[in-house]
Amino acid sequence: MPDLLLELLSEEIPARMQRRAAEDLRKLVTDALVERGFLYEGAKAFATPRRLALHVAGLPARGEAVREERRGPRVGAPDAAVQGFLKSAGLASLDQATTITDPKKGEFYLAVIERPGRETLDVLAEILPGIIKNFPWPKSMRWGAASAQPGSLRWVRPLQSIVATFGPETENPEIVPFSVDGITAGTTTRGHRFLAPEPFEVRRFDDYVQALERAHVILDTDRRKDIILHDARDLAFARGLDLVEDDGLLEEVAGLVEWPVVLMGSFEERFLEIPAEAIRATIRANQKCFVLRKSGTEELAPAFLLVSNLVASDGGAAITAGNERVVRARLSDARFFFETDKATGLEDRLPKLDTIVFHEKLGTQGERIARIAALAKEIAPLVGADPALAERVARLAKADLVTEMVGEFPELQGLMGRKYAALQGEHPSVAAAIEEHYKPVGPSDRVPTDPVSIAVALADKLDTLVGFWAIDEKPTGSKDPFALRRAALGVIRLVNEQGLRLRLNLLTSLALIKVQLDRFGEVSNDQAQALSDSLKQFGVTDLDAQADVIHHAVEKAGIDVSEELTKKINNDVYTICLSLLSFFADRLKVYLRDQGARHDLIDAVFALPGQDDLLLVVRRVEALGAFLGTDDGKNLLAGYKRAANILRIEEKKDGRAYGAAPDAARAAAGQPEERSLAEALDAARAEASAAVAAEDFSGAMRALSRLRAPVDAFFETVTVNADDPALRENRLLLLNALRAATREVADFSRIEG
Amino acid sequence: MSDADLSPTRSFQGLILTLQRFWAAQGCVILQPYDMEVGAGTFHPATTLRALGPKPWKAAYVQPSRRPKDGRYGENPNRLQHYYQFQVILKPNPPNLQELYLASLDAIGVDLKLHDIRFVEDDWESPTLGAWGLGWECWCDGMEVSQFTYFQQVAGFECAPVAGELTYGLERLAMYVQGVENVYDLNFNGGEGDAKVTYGDVFLQAEQEYSRHNFEAADTAMLFRQFTDAEKACRSYLEAGAPTDESGRHRMAQPAYDQCIKASHVFNLLDARGVISVTERQSYILRVRELAKACGAAWLKTESGGAAAA
Repeated sequence: MPDLLLELLSEEIPARMQRRAAEDLRKLVTDALVERGFLYEGAKAFATPRRLALHVAGLPARGEAVREERRGPRVGAPDAAVQGFLKSAGLASLDQATTITDPKKGEFYLAVIERPGRETLDVLAEILPGIIKNFPWPKSMRWGAASAQPGSLRWVRPLQSIVATFGPETENPEIVPFSVDGITAGTTTRGHRFLAPEPFEVRRFDDYVQALERAHVILDTDRRKDIILHDARDLAFARGLDLVEDDGLLEEVAGLVEWPVVLMGSFEERFLEIPAEAIRATIRANQKCFVLRKSGTEELAPAFLLVSNLVASDGGAAITAGNERVVRARLSDARFFFETDKATGLEDRLPKLDTIVFHEKLGTQGERIARIAALAKEIAPLVGADPALAERVARLAKADLVTEMVGEFPELQGLMGRKYAALQGEHPSVAAAIEEHYKPVGPSDRVPTDPVSIAVALADKLDTLVGFWAIDEKPTGSKDPFALRRAALGVIRLVNEQGLRLRLNLLTSLALIKVQLDRFGEVSNDQAQALSDSLKQFGVTDLDAQADVIHHAVEKAGIDVSEELTKKINNDVYTICLSLLSFFADRLKVYLRDQGARHDLIDAVFALPGQDDLLLVVRRVEALGAFLGTDDGKNLLAGYKRAANILRIEEKKDGRAYGAAPDAARAAAGQPEERSLAEALDAARAEASAAVAAEDFSGAMRALSRLRAPVDAFFETVTVNADDPALRENRLLLLNALRAATREVADFSRIEG
Repeated sequence: MSDADLSPTRSFQGLILTLQRFWAAQGCVILQPYDMEVGAGTFHPATTLRALGPKPWKAAYVQPSRRPKDGRYGENPNRLQHYYQFQVILKPNPPNLQELYLASLDAIGVDLKLHDIRFVEDDWESPTLGAWGLGWECWCDGMEVSQFTYFQQVAGFECAPVAGELTYGLERLAMYVQGVENVYDLNFNGGEGDAKVTYGDVFLQAEQEYSRHNFEAADTAMLFRQFTDAEKACRSYLEAGAPTDESGRHRMAQPAYDQCIKASHVFNLLDARGVISVTERQSYILRVRELAKACGAAWLKTESGGAAAA
């Protein structure tokens, strides 16, 4: 079967766009073919810096013939109807139509339209120009004389030529006849810009790939990557070095060369005084080169690998020398930054942060740092950290943002802060925490273990979350410009993986008060501190109650906050912290789902009031999951569902809720199963409640599991809807007691299955 | 001085002369630097204004460029607050602009069989000029030696046709072809011994003095006044030159644009002095862009801007 070969040769395509563009080309062409009924056996697209190419294999030479019958008006219908029919069916006269007889309605005209299958070549010629004209480049441009006219062709960079051939393997394929904005498809392409600049002819995919290789172009990105990686490893190995592998960089450099040639350069040993991460960042970002390690160590070697696009006549000596010179200049810059930075203490950089706006509605970096420092100091005792150290860290943690090095390489934030802190003799915990307070970044990053780091990491993330919640900049759909999901996941991972017992509502309201006072209040730091202290003294974590106590806390702290602002904060604490808690619940679901937990169990736990201790939530979910995995658990859930169903139906029928406790005496007077269920419920509920209070969730589940036998027996023998209304009512109340008992551990109504 | 002294690999001025000859041979008018302080060769009206409108245009020129913030008191071997750009503008861009560019590298002594030339994505944008284009940084053995841009928009107007712009960093290129690590060691005139004049002989003292001026001394009160004055003058010249007769032609686009250039440079100086806060910064950039747009609109109403006589 015939194949399509398409190549779009242009000036250099940005590396980051190539892979996506190849995929788009494949999809657009094959979708358009399939839409027109042309199936194919396989399709693969390729990209190099200068070309997109597509091979579609196994297309039919022509499409299938189409036969269509179209029914017309009744025989003898008015002329207008007949003319309309002839026109729409493309017939010249009624002679070309036949008639059919409908047993009920009589005789009708019928047009039989037969269309031969279209030539695939023609269909391709029809499809391809539109795909090229409307190609979804992230950014495209106009060029040349044609751009004087509106509507001229847009491409990522000037498009130079098009190869488009179609035909079977055994014959010379034909050129797909089309042109786009003056560029006519043909069979001529070019090889490597410098190594094989002369144009040459290609016919089909197989000889195309080979001809390109002869012309120093490797078409397949993955092959170029393989070559680079293997040559890089070999070169490193030969010098007793290890390649520091870097997938992102590898992908990028494979998009910058058509014929990769890996070369090794070196730099002076003295540059190794610069922090290794800074060396790597500058060599990677500015030079797109790989760094190397001394074999078997973590230490950088004074060497790098570059990937050139040229087989040079001197074996690459000039290229290597040139790159070395640039690397040396870059490293000189980096060392200059490092030396300059060291001359200024982190503390002395703080005034600068007062002038930098963090977010228009959330004040300057300086204000933010003050909030985080106050919050970190408050969180510290809760996580076993020294409050003074936590505050110190928070004060210094953002100072490196205004250093030369981080200005140049933003990805080194935190890390440079740590280096500079250590150099100026900060406590080791402080230095480490300056780097670690950003952690964990994402789901696979390391979670800090030092309590000081934990306190500041929590404070930083909570201030961010609460701040953006307060100004209503929550993530929506795929938009999360301030990385708030990541911040929430960070809090969850810190709490869970470090086993931290924290009342989230207390923390978020402490953070929120600081944010809102910064935004709306005229309060000194001392006053804000007094407010937090007095709020904590109340020790209330139930949100409803907490909102109220803020009012008292303001009074007690003796600070001058207007009645209006107090009311506002009261209200905000309730709405914002609650909304944030449900955001945490959602993120927790994602987090636990990744670890295999069921989201309905998380819902079942969060449905209980006051669940803001994430660690306990997680433990409870785990215990619940384990319990529901047992026979006792399954049966109890089935019993619960049955009870809940009966209650729902009867409550609806009676128009009242059976929410009270059953009458013990009446149950005792009933059937034995009724009595024993009542007793078992009392005992189980008390035991479960005590176990929950002791945070022994497995114990609580065990207590509930003892209900299985009496519940089963009850349903086996007792008729709930007894004729005696008093008996019936009490039995319904018994079922309600079962519902209430299970609520000691979770809201079973949220559990699926 | 012999011809050999003016070889592009031996002297800074030889490099400039070679590029001028090369582009002259391509039909460019070889202009002289614009007589105002600008941050980049693009600000020269021969690029900014001539890129607008339908008329073909080919020009090349050296433009001293001032970046007050990049001053390093003459202590950094690679960074200068005043340096030279060689600017080429071709409207519309010829289809073989990349080949012409490579041939120009060859002309200044970059052997394309020995050196790794790469076109690395770099989309150019000038917020103050309301301009953007797509193109590349051109790398030679890992060093950025030129910017290559297809202008898409200038002063907020679509370029029709598109102009191709090449900007050579002359000091960097010269350092490369002369094999020098420190810009101040560049041989400026190609002479040897007593006859040799280095880049440092010409510019080191200036770098020290201007760094002091830019970071420490520039009179900010005066500069703020100058910014406002230039902004006002730009507007009043535009108004004074606005079309008065049926020809519909604007009569003072270029003097107005001078004031836009002036405002832009004054802003750069204020920025270097650190007296413009982050939020204010954006609003200053916007103010300059508004001037650039108004000047571009005026230019399009002139004869050179392609406005037909009524």
